Amino acid sequence: MKDKLEAIKAEALAKIESAEVVSTLNDVKVAILGKKGELTQVLKSMKDVAPEDRPKVGQMVNEARQAIETALDEKTKSINRALRAEKMKRETIDVTLPGVKKLTGHRHPNQIALEDLERVFIGMGYEIVEGPEVEYDKYNFELLNIPANHPAKDEQDTFYVTKDILLRTQTSPVQARIMEKGNLPIRILSPGRVFRADEVDATHSPSFHQVEGLVIDKGITMADLKGTLAQWAKEFFGENTKVKFRPHHFPFTEPSAECDITCFKCGGKGCRVCKGSGWIEILGCGMVHPKVLRDCGIDPEVYSGFAFGIGLERVTLLKYEIDDMRLLYENDMRFLDQF
Amino acid sequence: MNTPISWIKAYVPDLDVTAQEFVDAMTLSGSHVEGYEQKDKNLDKIVVGKILTMEKHPDADKLVVCQVDVGQAEPLQIVTGAKNVKVDDLIPLVLDGGKVAAAHGDNNEYPDGIKIKKGKLRGVESNGMMCGIEELGSSRDFYPEAPEDGVYVFPVESGVKPGDDAVKALGLDDVVVEYEITSNRVDCFSMIGMAREAAATFDKPFYPPVVTKTGNDEDVNDYISVEVKDPDLCPRYTARVVKNLKIGPSPKWMQQRLASQGIRSINNLVDITNYVMEEYGQPMHAYDLSTIAGNKIVVRRANDGDTFVTLDGQERKLDHDVLMICDGEKEIGIAGIMGGENSMVTDSIETLLFEAACFDGTNIRLSSRRIGLATDAAAKFTKGLDPNLAMEAIDRACQLIEEMGAGEVVGGAVDVYPNPVQDKKLPFEPDKMNALLGTDVEPEKMLYYFGRLGLTYDAETNTLDVPSFRQDLNCMADLAEEVARFYGYDNIPVSLPRGEATVGKLPYDQMINAIARDVLEANGFSGGMCYSFESPKVFDKLLLPADSEFRKTVTIANPLGEDFSIMRTVSLNGVLTSLATNYNRKNKIARLYEFGNVYLPKALPLTELPEERMKLTIGMYGQGDFFDLKGVLEELTDKVGLKGQVTYEPESEYTFLHPGRQAKLKKGKLTIGFIGQVHPEVCDNYNLKGEVYVAVIDMPTLVMLSSFDIKYEGIAKFPGSTRDLSLVVDKEIFVGQIEEVIKKCGGKLLESYKLFDVYEGEQIAKGKKSVAYTMTFRAKDRTLETSEVDGIIAKILKELSKLGIEIRA
Repeated sequence: MKDKLEAIKAEALAKIESAEVVSTLNDVKVAILGKKGELTQVLKSMKDVAPEDRPKVGQMVNEARQAIETALDEKTKSINRALRAEKMKRETIDVTLPGVKKLTGHRHPNQIALEDLERVFIGMGYEIVEGPEVEYDKYNFELLNIPANHPAKDEQDTFYVTKDILLRTQTSPVQARIMEKGNLPIRILSPGRVFRADEVDATHSPSFHQVEGLVIDKGITMADLKGTLAQWAKEFFGENTKVKFRPHHFPFTEPSAECDITCFKCGGKGCRVCKGSGWIEILGCGMVHPKVLRDCGIDPEVYSGFAFGIGLERVTLLKYEIDDMRLLYENDMRFLDQF
Repeated sequence: MNTPISWIKAYVPDLDVTAQEFVDAMTLSGSHVEGYEQKDKNLDKIVVGKILTMEKHPDADKLVVCQVDVGQAEPLQIVTGAKNVKVDDLIPLVLDGGKVAAAHGDNNEYPDGIKIKKGKLRGVESNGMMCGIEELGSSRDFYPEAPEDGVYVFPVESGVKPGDDAVKALGLDDVVVEYEITSNRVDCFSMIGMAREAAATFDKPFYPPVVTKTGNDEDVNDYISVEVKDPDLCPRYTARVVKNLKIGPSPKWMQQRLASQGIRSINNLVDITNYVMEEYGQPMHAYDLSTIAGNKIVVRRANDGDTFVTLDGQERKLDHDVLMICDGEKEIGIAGIMGGENSMVTDSIETLLFEAACFDGTNIRLSSRRIGLATDAAAKFTKGLDPNLAMEAIDRACQLIEEMGAGEVVGGAVDVYPNPVQDKKLPFEPDKMNALLGTDVEPEKMLYYFGRLGLTYDAETNTLDVPSFRQDLNCMADLAEEVARFYGYDNIPVSLPRGEATVGKLPYDQMINAIARDVLEANGFSGGMCYSFESPKVFDKLLLPADSEFRKTVTIANPLGEDFSIMRTVSLNGVLTSLATNYNRKNKIARLYEFGNVYLPKALPLTELPEERMKLTIGMYGQGDFFDLKGVLEELTDKVGLKGQVTYEPESEYTFLHPGRQAKLKKGKLTIGFIGQVHPEVCDNYNLKGEVYVAVIDMPTLVMLSSFDIKYEGIAKFPGSTRDLSLVVDKEIFVGQIEEVIKKCGGKLLESYKLFDVYEGEQIAKGKKSVAYTMTFRAKDRTLETSEVDGIIAKILKELSKLGIEIRA
């Protein structure tokens, strides 16, 4: 009996070992372990075994069965693994072929620059505020210390609709509107479209964008203005950017300044972008003129503040080294796709 | 404003800095330098030579061989082709290894100059080159004595000798600085003003011209009287008389200084008036006294409709707002702008009347524009001059007359100055100034800065006396700027605002805009930028009817041209124009979006500001159809919380869209926008071919409807029941109508429905189409009974049958 079992087991294991496909294993399984299988037959013949030997024989049969099942299992796995490996080999692809992209659009470079700018100032506690593009003379000029007959009001610079209504020439009227509301302190950033009667060319457009900043509080100093803009320049143009302030004149600020930054292209050594000077003129700013504060209902003896105005297109053109302003308004896909 | 440093040094002799140091420091103290030109930048090794001998070149008819004394032991041999030189002439000569600025006879620019080396000309050695004025980088405008063609020859009276530095001798060792002067600094539109700034900037003594008393024993009042009828337009009028005039050329130094300002030398009289104008910033005018009737000057307004011939021979139309200079009978000049032909100075003049007056800047500016006559004098007056300048300037002119021996100055001056401008007194408030600047500048230091600028301090009243030429200084902040300028903007410390914290934020509508941008860009649309103003022809291009409300526009009174003359009331033109640009440039696919306002007048003519409405305009061609664009809009409305709430109603009211391919986006009764295919005729108008799709979203409406109030509803626990429905429908029926029925009858149990097939053709009767939906029903709290779902389906079919819709067999 024992010999027979050993023979069955040995034969089965040999067949399993030599099997190459899963169907062979199934045949072995049926031939040995199936209802009419050899091992099953042995079990069926247990009745012929002496009762005292039965547990021992039973155990031998079980051991044989287990060994065969384990061998079948492992062989099945190994054949499958080999099959899968072969399949994957066939499935090898050229991973250097191009990816499948859907059509993607791009933000306008001016918008990218604006959002970058807004992010920095929002982080410093500024609220973004907008104002009308068609504006009263009062807000665009009068309240900003630009009285009637001031040369800046010349028709050649300003588009008029009526005597009192015009296309705003700057975003500064938003300053006056916000100050007039009188909710102090004020920290706002006001981006928007402005209009000047300039013919279209590579550096001029009758319509462009400014970003106006205004801070009014007790004890605001020119040092705060310098610090704020230095901080912005670092965040916007890079950690090593330095700023330089030069005296200038604007009717609605006093003292006034123009602010230059170290050229972000050459770092201040001098290059084509900065025309060799190492510096780039970037914005106008100053301390809000006491007359402007007073006219907008704020007491200049108690409050002070600063304002600055950034030409958005200028920043965009510089940042992306775009050589012609007209490109910004043509909307050629070959231009827009680059941003 | 251009100033040669040599002219500045005439008043600030101790100035001793390089050109670069000069412009850097001037810019930082507030006189913004636009650029500067070093006149001798490309000139090197150029000396004065004296021609000792001249011989014919043995092998060239057009050349001569000269021996030239250049102050060395041996003369140099120079070969030249110049025809204007002769023995004993003193000429500028560039030596071997030297440099000149330009080449003779060409107009090329040489940014680095031209090196000159010794060499042989037709076999004869030449050790340098004689220079013409152009080769020295200048022109006959500055050196009228130079020949039109040939080598410059020093005039005998110049006193130069062989070996002298010719560049210095010609005054070419100069730097011309160009400033951008701000409009508040009227005083800086003059050499004296700039010199004062330079002296203050470099802390050097300032020596303005010392104007001495001039004039003989006669009394000017015997020659002329002056009456000003409009003192508001002429706050001051001064006049002096010069007789026994000797007209001749002005001295070389004066000619050159005028040339540096782009002013050509005429004669000593004209040059003096121009010189004083540049030196003091005070325009002057000279009249021939013999042409002045009644020995009388009257300053008054012109009469409407008068005409007047100015000294350039042009007839000018006048009106009552133009101020005129008249004599006893007639008009003789347009005040502050240009004199008249009838009183102009000619070579036969014997007695001269000088005028130095102050005219109202605004009036001059407006008159100059209306008349269409812009002159140097008008440009100066326009800035608003200090009336106190006039007398000093006219005295200076008379001083120059005497110094140059150009005539005999009559004693005394006429001065009509009813309301003299006094110096201002401003309180000295160092603490306030430091508080504004964020600095800690000592009061003594501040006073020192003010002293350099000509402001004096009165300790008793603690006030500063501001001279009248500083019209820009009127309050503490103005004085603080002067402190800052000389303390140095760079030395002001750096800090961040303290005080009450504020919340940084983006307004809600801009957050919605940003979501829209993200959706559009994810779907292949790029952001564009279009103009707010456009041509009124746009309305015809868009086929808008003649009575369309959109034709009521905000119109610009002074546009750049018709193409930029109205503020847009419809947003489409910008995007269509841009699509056309792309199409013309053969870009195969274009997908654009644009955010921009339309401007809707509330009433015309405009009495209040128009309504500005933000529009999102989307356009595309080359890839995709109506439903691609609709899918993008659906994604957009889904993203702002309007999932399943926006309906697309078939429309035909948009004239610029295909009548069978347009729809309104609606939520309930509110219109969010529209979508459609551009009308083929409109495409023709824009030179676009193929199918173009557009959509416009009214952002204020979308923003108002948007909602992010989301509550978690749980995940379905009970199985759903799915049914497919295949229907036969009249072709004209929109699926939207079917979906209305499905939604209405489906009620709460309808979880979702999806159109999965639309078919026309074989197997379907003519005029019909097959439409197939799959629907899912589900209850939140139980498994639905089959009978419940059957009931709903029956209800749907019953409702659909009213539209003539049947289930497909």
